[in-house]
Amino acid sequence: MKSHSVQAPRTLAELMAQAYALEREAVERYGELADVLATHNNQEVAALFRRLASQEAMHATEILRTMGWTRAPQPPHLPDAPAAPGPEEAHYLMHPWHALRIALDAEQKAHDFFAALAQRCEADEMRLAAQRLQADEREHITLLQSWLQRVPEPPAGWDEDPDPPRYPH
Amino acid sequence: MDASLTSEARPQSAAPPTPSTPQKTQAFSAGTPTASTALESISIAIAGSGGSGVMSAGNWLLEAAARSGAYGLMVKTMGPQIRGGEAAALVRLASSQLESLDDSFDVLLAIDWQNVHRFADEIPVKPGGLLVCDVDGGEIPEVFTRSGARVLSLPLKKMAKASGSWINMLALGITGALAGLPVEALEQAVRTGWTRGEEALQTNFRALREGMAAAREHAPQARRIDPQQGKRWLVSGNEGAGYGAIRGGVRFVAAYPITPATEVLEWLAPALVEAGGSLLQAEDELASINMIIGSSFGGVPSLTATAGPGLSLMTEGLGLAVAAEVPIVVIDVMRGGPSTGIPAKSEQSDLSFAVGGLHGDAPRLVLAPSSISDCIETTQWAVELAETLQSPALVLSDQFMGQSRAIVDAPQLPEPKGKRLVAEANTPNYKRYGDTPSGVSPMAIPGTPGNTYTADGLEHSETGVPSSQAADHARQLDKRARKLMRHDYGNRWADIEGDGPLAVITFGSAAGPVREAARRAAAEGVDVRTIVLRLIAPLQPAAMAKALEGVQRVMVVEQNHEGQLLRYLRGVADLPGRPAGFHRPGPLPLRPADICTALREWAQAKEETK
Amino acid sequence: MNDMCHPPGLAAAEPFTPLHYKSATKPIWCPGCGDYTVLNAVTKALALVQRPPHEVAVVSGIGCSSRIPAYTSCYGFHGVHGRSLAAATGLKVARPDLTVLVASGDGDGYSIGGNHFLHACRRNVDLTYIVMDNHVYGMTKGQASPTTEPDWDSKLSPGGTGVRSFHPLVIALAAGANFVARAFAGDQNTTADIIAAGIRHPGFSFIEILSPCVTFRPEQKEWKNLTHPAPVGPTDDAARAAKRIMTDDGFNIGVLYAGHRAPYSGGPGAPTRSLQEMESAFAL
Repeated sequence: MKSHSVQAPRTLAELMAQAYALEREAVERYGELADVLATHNNQEVAALFRRLASQEAMHATEILRTMGWTRAPQPPHLPDAPAAPGPEEAHYLMHPWHALRIALDAEQKAHDFFAALAQRCEADEMRLAAQRLQADEREHITLLQSWLQRVPEPPAGWDEDPDPPRYPH
Repeated sequence: MDASLTSEARPQSAAPPTPSTPQKTQAFSAGTPTASTALESISIAIAGSGGSGVMSAGNWLLEAAARSGAYGLMVKTMGPQIRGGEAAALVRLASSQLESLDDSFDVLLAIDWQNVHRFADEIPVKPGGLLVCDVDGGEIPEVFTRSGARVLSLPLKKMAKASGSWINMLALGITGALAGLPVEALEQAVRTGWTRGEEALQTNFRALREGMAAAREHAPQARRIDPQQGKRWLVSGNEGAGYGAIRGGVRFVAAYPITPATEVLEWLAPALVEAGGSLLQAEDELASINMIIGSSFGGVPSLTATAGPGLSLMTEGLGLAVAAEVPIVVIDVMRGGPSTGIPAKSEQSDLSFAVGGLHGDAPRLVLAPSSISDCIETTQWAVELAETLQSPALVLSDQFMGQSRAIVDAPQLPEPKGKRLVAEANTPNYKRYGDTPSGVSPMAIPGTPGNTYTADGLEHSETGVPSSQAADHARQLDKRARKLMRHDYGNRWADIEGDGPLAVITFGSAAGPVREAARRAAAEGVDVRTIVLRLIAPLQPAAMAKALEGVQRVMVVEQNHEGQLLRYLRGVADLPGRPAGFHRPGPLPLRPADICTALREWAQAKEETK
Repeated sequence: MNDMCHPPGLAAAEPFTPLHYKSATKPIWCPGCGDYTVLNAVTKALALVQRPPHEVAVVSGIGCSSRIPAYTSCYGFHGVHGRSLAAATGLKVARPDLTVLVASGDGDGYSIGGNHFLHACRRNVDLTYIVMDNHVYGMTKGQASPTTEPDWDSKLSPGGTGVRSFHPLVIALAAGANFVARAFAGDQNTTADIIAAGIRHPGFSFIEILSPCVTFRPEQKEWKNLTHPAPVGPTDDAARAAKRIMTDDGFNIGVLYAGHRAPYSGGPGAPTRSLQEMESAFAL
């Protein structure tokens, strides 16, 4: 059904467009997660996701600035581009620790993706750019890890609901 | 007063309550003297968002009240989310049986304020009431502070965290103390059904006591509801309807889930099997109604439960049951309409449809329980009548009664007696639809030799052969109408209480606030006769005329927009004078104060025209 | 399939992005619900197809999944339980110019909607029908649906229904659906591609989307480990497709059948007679 002849971006612009698209998708998905949790009255984690969303927005803007773009071009469709975390990862009783783990996981995937791309890029300019992106993700990972240190791990039974969806009465 | 006008006997407690401290409810408007017959009750709302456990707290509060000899009622209200949404448990406790919420709440405890303002219409707080909330819970929504209630801020979250307990335990302790409930009753309520181990239980018991201590320290003298004697039940309307069905003899149910009727079916699923029957989950309501017609044709008393949209689908089947004279019972747990409407909220807007919504001339039985407790007896009676009269019977319950739990006097339930008139084997010249004086003709049950016949929705002769003859049609129409109209329904067709030139007619869950309003009005010198209909169709003119003897004016109270009961009564009964209507749609419950105001104004208007 | 293609004659115009197809209304589905991904996949698919949002209609029934129309910026119709295909059929036949998507859950679509499902497949009107299947009635809090396993315990059917589960793909094929696919809510891009393919394929396109219910069927988290791409691409041979679908493990993801039936053609045409001409039949 699908065939992808494109295995690696062919130009620097394509590479950066892909990176930009990843950041923008992350902005959207974190925004969605924030909305879902706000609707379910978990304001603490909703606020955290909004913060993560604005961070990703900053990363995206940075790419535009680096490339001198006002708008990014369409990215190529790369089959192994990591998908941003979706609302299916959430739990209405989740703690900030869970949210940060989700974000950390996403950053790790992005990091690994750029590392793999760097391997495949033949042009020096592009390989360096991919490595820089990989290094950026490493920074993000470090930042998230430090945030993770500062939030408590959720206690056992964090997902126990005194009012389960099927009440006994 | 002759027998037909006396009210249904309600079991009285052995000794009248003797309060040691005054516990009248506050006057609902300044200047009105506190009525000596005002219900002694306390109304508490516990609100919060998902995960805070407000429903469990409300249930425990109710159960603790039951254990300590009080009566009570709990209504749940929730946001549209399946989980995690904003929620409130609305609890009213009293020293006598309750059938209505009060006009406003004495206490609103908000574990948090997340979206609780969406329930503001449902939780009006008394000016002298109390708001309890978390000191770290942010600003109290203005809609609650403008009530003028006092505020008690406690570090709820911190306290729960410090003790490692659930926050709703603190809420339970605080509200339990404010309601004057003993700690033993609260602990016992929590202990029952506790599955998390003894250590966790003790931790939470400590939190419970902490909550009680905090309430006693900061809040004024708690009222105490004196323990009452007598056996009591804790039951919801939906559960009660299920039990009533089994008592009446139902042994087959076809089920399709729909809010707010699903619990009737889920309660029946295991119970029916225990009673020797079975329940089948159908693919939709068209299937359900036809399945129960089939099983009833086979001789087994059968029932289903649904709500408005499902009832609409069942109309063709109801007509078939009328025409073929097959007994079935359909419980309609009414909700906000029309169409998909407001699924989780109560309304009484299916009445017109219930009494009139079939094509052709199609008389059928329509009954309505008038309280949570009455759901049991009325459903049982509906089954008996359906079987006796070989007719479909609709039971108009509603979301308020169906999904609320109440502590009620153990009902004195009549022995089930209505039975199907069954044809004996090898009846000579058997006529399934024979034109008998009563209109009820013996029904042959498949498996009985000698009386085979074909049941038919087509108009038919006395032997069941399809017929388009005028004489047959007239005969069968008369028969089907006569069998319902001539039956002796006894005293149960309506509950008539009080006396006066003014009468209020109502049905269903509106009866609770009407009765309470009538009591308040009587204390002000406005005497009102209340007529709570239990059998809405057929309405026997002679019985209604007797009920209205001496009445000069009638007000019809109901929870719908059009005044459906008023319209129906004007069509089938002779109402004296110009009947007035008090009709408001859901989702908010009817309030005793509003009805009482209407009664007072109506009485004054009557005075002025003298 | 192609990536975004601009509508003809509007090459210079802004292409529609998935965000253009989303409304401002926030879904109330539980955190963790598969339907969020389906919503994203639908908007992505519509962006691949590039119909303006106001030329798309989303028709649904009743259930958690059926709330989806309000979350899109297209025209929406949130009808009654089980009748989404009927309403959508009426809409599409009277208005063949619109793109009509139909959305249901397994209860709405296969239980009360079962009859309409059969006939929609037969009739082959150009619709795209997506069913978010979570093997449970979620909105009414946890009863078995036709696709639920026969031994799944619930309050309404203690011990399980004991009734064999419904196999919607086989039934769709047998009844004449022109496009039959299975998707999984855990894979947004693949689901978007499948939906876009369904929209583009003429006739009745049926897409069953496994969409886990985190609240009443938490064990469905396993689905992400069980689903896998179908081993072969779609066939246009109904008998071959039937055999594959009847013998697969229930977790093959992809377009399984894409046929060549002509879509239903009974819609309105230009008028050919005036009222006066019609009256002449009565006149003496």
